[in-house]
Amino acid sequence: MQFIKTRFNYLFNSTKGLILVAIAMVAVVTAVFGMLSGPMAEMGVREVVIKALGMDIVQAEREGRIIILYHSIAMAIVAIEVYMINGLLKIKPFFKTAVNAIITVGYLTTMIFGMGFAYFGHNWAFHGLYIFGLSLIFFAGVLLCIALWPWNKEYHVTDKDYAHTKSGLDLERTAFFATAVTTVISALFGAVPGSFFGNGFEVFLAENIIRLPEKTTMEYSVIGHLHIMLALICIMITLIIGRWLNFKGGWHKAAMPLMILGTIVLNLGVWGVVTPLEPIAHMIIYVGATPSMLAALFLLIWSWGKLIREGTANIARPTFGQKLRALLRDPLRFGPTWQMLFMNFTTSGIGIFMAVRLDEIFRVWPAREERIELTGHWHVLSAIVATIILFYYGDMIGLKGRVRQWYGWLIIVLSDIAFASVTAFEMKRLFITEAEQQPLVNGLMYAIDFGLGMLLVLLAVVMVWRLIDLFKNKGRWTEEQTHELAQEVNQ
Amino acid sequence: MRSLLNIMSLRAKRSNLLARWDCFVAVLLAMTMLASCAPVDLNAPMPVFDTRIDPDTWAQIPAGEFHFGQHEDVETTDAYEIMITDVTTAQYADFLNAALADGYVQLDGEQLVGFYPGDEFRGVKHEEKIEAGDWIFIPLNDPSQRVKFNGTSFTVQPGYENHPMTMVSWFGAWGYCGYYDWRLPTELEWEKAGRGADERPFPWGDEIARENANFYSSRDPFEDMSSFGSRTSPVGFYNGQKYGDYQTLASASPYGLYDMAGNVWQWTGDVYDGMHYRFMRGGSKDTYDMDLRLWVRNNATPTYYSPGVGFRCAR
Repeated sequence: MQFIKTRFNYLFNSTKGLILVAIAMVAVVTAVFGMLSGPMAEMGVREVVIKALGMDIVQAEREGRIIILYHSIAMAIVAIEVYMINGLLKIKPFFKTAVNAIITVGYLTTMIFGMGFAYFGHNWAFHGLYIFGLSLIFFAGVLLCIALWPWNKEYHVTDKDYAHTKSGLDLERTAFFATAVTTVISALFGAVPGSFFGNGFEVFLAENIIRLPEKTTMEYSVIGHLHIMLALICIMITLIIGRWLNFKGGWHKAAMPLMILGTIVLNLGVWGVVTPLEPIAHMIIYVGATPSMLAALFLLIWSWGKLIREGTANIARPTFGQKLRALLRDPLRFGPTWQMLFMNFTTSGIGIFMAVRLDEIFRVWPAREERIELTGHWHVLSAIVATIILFYYGDMIGLKGRVRQWYGWLIIVLSDIAFASVTAFEMKRLFITEAEQQPLVNGLMYAIDFGLGMLLVLLAVVMVWRLIDLFKNKGRWTEEQTHELAQEVNQ
Repeated sequence: MRSLLNIMSLRAKRSNLLARWDCFVAVLLAMTMLASCAPVDLNAPMPVFDTRIDPDTWAQIPAGEFHFGQHEDVETTDAYEIMITDVTTAQYADFLNAALADGYVQLDGEQLVGFYPGDEFRGVKHEEKIEAGDWIFIPLNDPSQRVKFNGTSFTVQPGYENHPMTMVSWFGAWGYCGYYDWRLPTELEWEKAGRGADERPFPWGDEIARENANFYSSRDPFEDMSSFGSRTSPVGFYNGQKYGDYQTLASASPYGLYDMAGNVWQWTGDVYDGMHYRFMRGGSKDTYDMDLRLWVRNNATPTYYSPGVGFRCAR
């Protein structure tokens, strides 16, 4: 009994344990449900999985299933970010315990009962519990906003290295707060139409209505919701990575006001799609996205500079090669910002290119081609966030030496092979005709499957290792139970 | 000292192994990329089958209500007739020969054009003007075009006679139907003909098997996913017949229409206010099974043509 109690206490009462559980849940859901579509379906794996697990799915309900699947995975990611915030920032113990407990019950309820409802017959009690889980996460979000309240003098800073106002208001905490508050509000933009459309009785996927010139307010709300929630998850992980790396100095002072401004304006733009501001909403979104991305760029410049400085500290006049080696010597600290840069080629760059040449190129193609670009680029963006979480996770579980190098570089190389291939797949019509595309499609699919498949294998190895560790009396988990993320922030 | 040497030798062996593994992966990726650049033989031999389905047959669709769209809205149509198959390449070639002779279509460089009276332009965002004038019906020299022009008449590439006419723009589909005083079916008519009176997602029922329709990687006798990919199948192919070793399932719609799911997307006739896009239904040889559900819509500019888009007419 004591054996179970101590492990349970680690898994559900420590930041690192909670993160481990959430990563494991996402890994299992991704591995199992990823086999139901794409190449796995082509190879016949889909049918085997459906039979083996006793799934009860019908074609007519695909959209609803996918929406529940997206939400289940996204809620676990949101939970991981919340655990990280609670572990990194000063939060009162009551709030920390309450928020962690509520969001854990929330995402597990959402995931277990949502997926149970969607894929294993329609038990409506499960659907109710799925909605209840989402509501708990919303409530945890509200509590987190209260806990983050940056105007509380306890959280004021005086250290000149960190962005703050004259009165001591911590601008980084304010950025966290702004992101949390806007996330909670933006969640409503999904909840309201969700209720309006009858809890999913009239589901639709945004990519399927993108070309219709007239959309209802509720349809705009759903489109706005899915865009802003992913953007906010990205902004939050950028802030988290900044805190983990101990982002400070001039770049920090420049970045934090931009992050706050960008987050607020970006949200106003997205919320504007359900108001008479809809015609200029995109312009407001661009205005908001620019400072946010600039702030992320400042983090990148600062962190790369720091890595180079630290790596060449013992060299009087480092050469370019020495600087490069210093930059790349720790893939776990280099990885997150590299992925943010890489994102510009796979997501932001593609988005801007599409926006600029929409009518000349993309809208000449059939809607189904445009759908590939739309779904492709936000899948890549989501997966980039996942890899950034894995870099941080690798560091927080104390990977060192050769294992750290292999773990970090495999994530970078494998994911980037996959993401670059997805991007080429999205854009293939620019350089190959439909009739001649098959060999290229095959090659890209092999590269995507290789990258993502091996990444999942790597994740499985880590998860099995952590599982074995849990059976040891003095395993790594015993140390992790007491170490908080804030203690391990890079100095 | 010896143990240190042992450790060093072990490490050297390990890094040697890792370097080899790196090389192996790099070579594998390079080979994959090279294979991706392989040329595609668009005229690879095509199996020829007689489906015993007459493409000149029309189905009678009664007036009345039916379930339309994903959310089962109840809609109504008048009675109409619709072709039981897509228009074939042979039918289209016959049309072109007649239409060229009486000036209904003209040669314009590498394409065949015909007159379209234009649409009302409302200036909605992303809307483009479709003015009265000559618009492309089909491209002539595209390697995927199965209707060939020898300078005086149109013929069909052997083996493709009973395949659906593809590489035809919306104007080309509209022109074909109009030439015979028919028309393209509206989306309502198209879906009703495919679905019948109930709420089924596929013309034959609730679920889809590989032998029901020609879709992406459905392993039909016409596809080779390692080279040219998926190709069209003869119209009415999925009728329960056995072709060599390949047994199809009877997959006609409740009103007896074939290929209402898969094979080629089908242009429909609606022209909607504020947009120039034309809508297609049915999914195709190039789409996954989810796009073969009867309510799924696709759209493109009316000048778009593709090896995966065809049409049928209504009257």
